[in-house]
Amino acid sequence: MSPRRLLAPALLAAMIAGGGATAFTLQEFSFDTPAQEQSFRDLTSKLRCLVCQNESLAASQSDLAQDLRKEVYAMMRAGKSQAEITTFLVDRYGDFVLYEPPVKPSTYLLWFGPFALVAISGFFLLRALRRQGTVPAQTLSAADQARIEQLLAASGDPKEPAK
Amino acid sequence: MAGSTTRYLVPLGAFLALAALLFYGLGLDPGKVPSPLVDKPLPAFELESLKEPGKLISSAALKGKVSLVNVWASWCPSCRQEHAQLVRVARESGVQVVGFNWKDERAAALEMLHRFGDPYAMIFYDPTNKVGIDLGVYGAPETFIVDPAGIIRHKRIGPIDDQVWRDEMLPVITKYTPKG
Repeated sequence: MSPRRLLAPALLAAMIAGGGATAFTLQEFSFDTPAQEQSFRDLTSKLRCLVCQNESLAASQSDLAQDLRKEVYAMMRAGKSQAEITTFLVDRYGDFVLYEPPVKPSTYLLWFGPFALVAISGFFLLRALRRQGTVPAQTLSAADQARIEQLLAASGDPKEPAK
Repeated sequence: MAGSTTRYLVPLGAFLALAALLFYGLGLDPGKVPSPLVDKPLPAFELESLKEPGKLISSAALKGKVSLVNVWASWCPSCRQEHAQLVRVARESGVQVVGFNWKDERAAALEMLHRFGDPYAMIFYDPTNKVGIDLGVYGAPETFIVDPAGIIRHKRIGPIDDQVWRDEMLPVITKYTPKG
């Protein structure tokens, strides 16, 4: 393989490996137990930075993300649950801070739209296929019909076509 | 056959509808995140005054009038851009313009007011984003319209120019200004 062809998989591997990248160091945020640290990592990677919208709170270098990480850290240290911290942020910044949008009337289209689209397309596809199957028999012209009968008659028994 | 016409028109119509939807989406700014705080009371807070170091001012001081709460900082170019408009609004409209100095340094902020004018009746000083988080601030400039009862009625994200003032801000302000 040429070096160029090796580049793409290498980049992909780097992207996958870099997926869990964090913009903070553990010197800043120290934890009593590894479980607590894991919980902090989980939560901040599920929250979105509002400044760099395609980055999580864990990965963003922005100043606001740093402020919010400190806030989340302080709340965790104060014994707040993940749900309480999430609610705190949603109350202030809206559902947008969540990477996974909640299921509610305004997001039904988002959650169920693709399935509805597949169902509708499936319905039309099936209908089209079924129709296609029956079309040739109907469009056989009188002349063709006559020719078939002639051929069948020529081969002898009309119920057993010639091999 | 009537069926064959619909057979071609339906996908065409569906395509046009999708194209229209996506075209509409192009015009939306993903940087503008709707605030869940609109139509909710302004969170109560107390912060140091920018202009009078050491003096605490409370959000309760806003009550009784329609206020424009403008989140700004001297490091923010768009704030500088809208500053002249705020000075004009404060002079000409009689709306109470309140500053919320966000993640800034006092000296730099005061220097900016000295150079470009001071439209603010009072200025809350929040260098550490202590209250900014409660207001859901994620960038500057942001401007809230708060009614006399202390309810947030509108949030503008991005600078205010003459057109934004006339078309977006003024109708809300007029609606909530006490008559008489």
